[in-house]
Amino acid sequence: MNLQISHEETNGVHYLTLAGEVDAYTAPKLKEMLVPLTEEKNAQIVIDLANIDYMDSTGLGIFVGALKSTKKNDGTLKLRGMTERVKRLFEITGLTEVMDIDNEVKGEAR
Amino acid sequence: MNDRDFIIDRYKDLLTTYLNGKNETALYKGQQFSRKLIEQQISPEDVVSHHINVLNDLFPDMTEEMKDAFDFLLEVMIGYGFAYREHQSLRTRQRQLESEIEVAASMQQTLLISDVPTVDSLDIGVKSVPAKKMNGDYFNFVKDDKSISVAVADIIGKGIPAALCMSMIKYAMDSLPEQRMQPNLLLENLNRVVEQNVHPNMFITMLYGLYDTDVHKFYYAGAGHEPGFFYKAATDEFEDMFAKGLVLGVSRTTKYKEYEKQLGPGDMIILLSDGVTECRTSKGFIEREEIVALIRENMHKPAQEIVDSVFHELERLQEFELRDDFTLIILKRMV
Repeated sequence: MNLQISHEETNGVHYLTLAGEVDAYTAPKLKEMLVPLTEEKNAQIVIDLANIDYMDSTGLGIFVGALKSTKKNDGTLKLRGMTERVKRLFEITGLTEVMDIDNEVKGEAR
Repeated sequence: MNDRDFIIDRYKDLLTTYLNGKNETALYKGQQFSRKLIEQQISPEDVVSHHINVLNDLFPDMTEEMKDAFDFLLEVMIGYGFAYREHQSLRTRQRQLESEIEVAASMQQTLLISDVPTVDSLDIGVKSVPAKKMNGDYFNFVKDDKSISVAVADIIGKGIPAALCMSMIKYAMDSLPEQRMQPNLLLENLNRVVEQNVHPNMFITMLYGLYDTDVHKFYYAGAGHEPGFFYKAATDEFEDMFAKGLVLGVSRTTKYKEYEKQLGPGDMIILLSDGVTECRTSKGFIEREEIVALIRENMHKPAQEIVDSVFHELERLQEFELRDDFTLIILKRMV
């Protein structure tokens, strides 16, 4: 089980594209990459989850931590392209209400 | 002759045999012998020192340069000796830590264990099994004259941090007795405690409910917890028991909504942790419908036997290797 993370910066916006699984084993890798970005002042972060086919609650915890950290530093965090299984996890935990989530992008031309 | 002297003697034998015959067997015996040395905690520089003594015996005519060179080697090996002893002491320390974790785990079990209440009108079954030593799932029952409250929680993260967090939840709940009758207020108070006290990456999902044994109503509220099921005997149907609400520990001002269900005879409230629905087998995930089917298959049994049977079946499907903590609770109205 693995997680690939690619990072691009365009016009000051950080784009992270994840592929694989975000679970207890891969979460530290994501955290290491994501935390410094969320601690920048006014950071704008967009994370694409279209190729994440499994996420567990530890993985979810990383996004909760990132949300808190970006808020504290006046930044923004946006998640997009969730698969059904991942989307369900965000819905059950009520996180869809407090996070900026845009799942419409999937399949459209970018 | 003590073990140490014996080992020196044996070393001399082995070396002599090798020098005389230079065969593979003698070399192999040498390799075997190093295990003996490790067992006896003989350090690398001691081995070199024995080697020098044996050589002095065997070749009394060694040149001074050779002797000096060996002394030099001895000095160099002393560093290895330190590293070796450090390794040994770390191993001992690791064993101590492991046993301390065992003690902590069993303490957690005794501290947090909740008695399953008995009431005439309800049949209650509970199964909670940790995947590792410490359980990240938590359940708690409180019974009084005309009600039973039940909480099921899943602490995100595993092991010791989750266990510590769980103790906090337990004591916070114990200190909120006046909210016990109002599930939504209980969650709101608990959320404030959790938000102030946990690491930003941690959160807790919980379903809290109060069963009124006089009127057979179940009042409940949820904080991002895996939905349970409600079984209605009259229609013989299962439905999802949604209780929308944000997980505990994310936002201080979160409000929770209270829901209620009226139970008739034979109706069941089924509460679970995501370890039940997020079970992964070699063929993929267990879907919620499959859980319902398993409960239905065993529904004629007493509540405790239902939860036991569902657990055993899911354990079998996962090839007896739980990946997540498992908690399943059934409350069945008898009459």
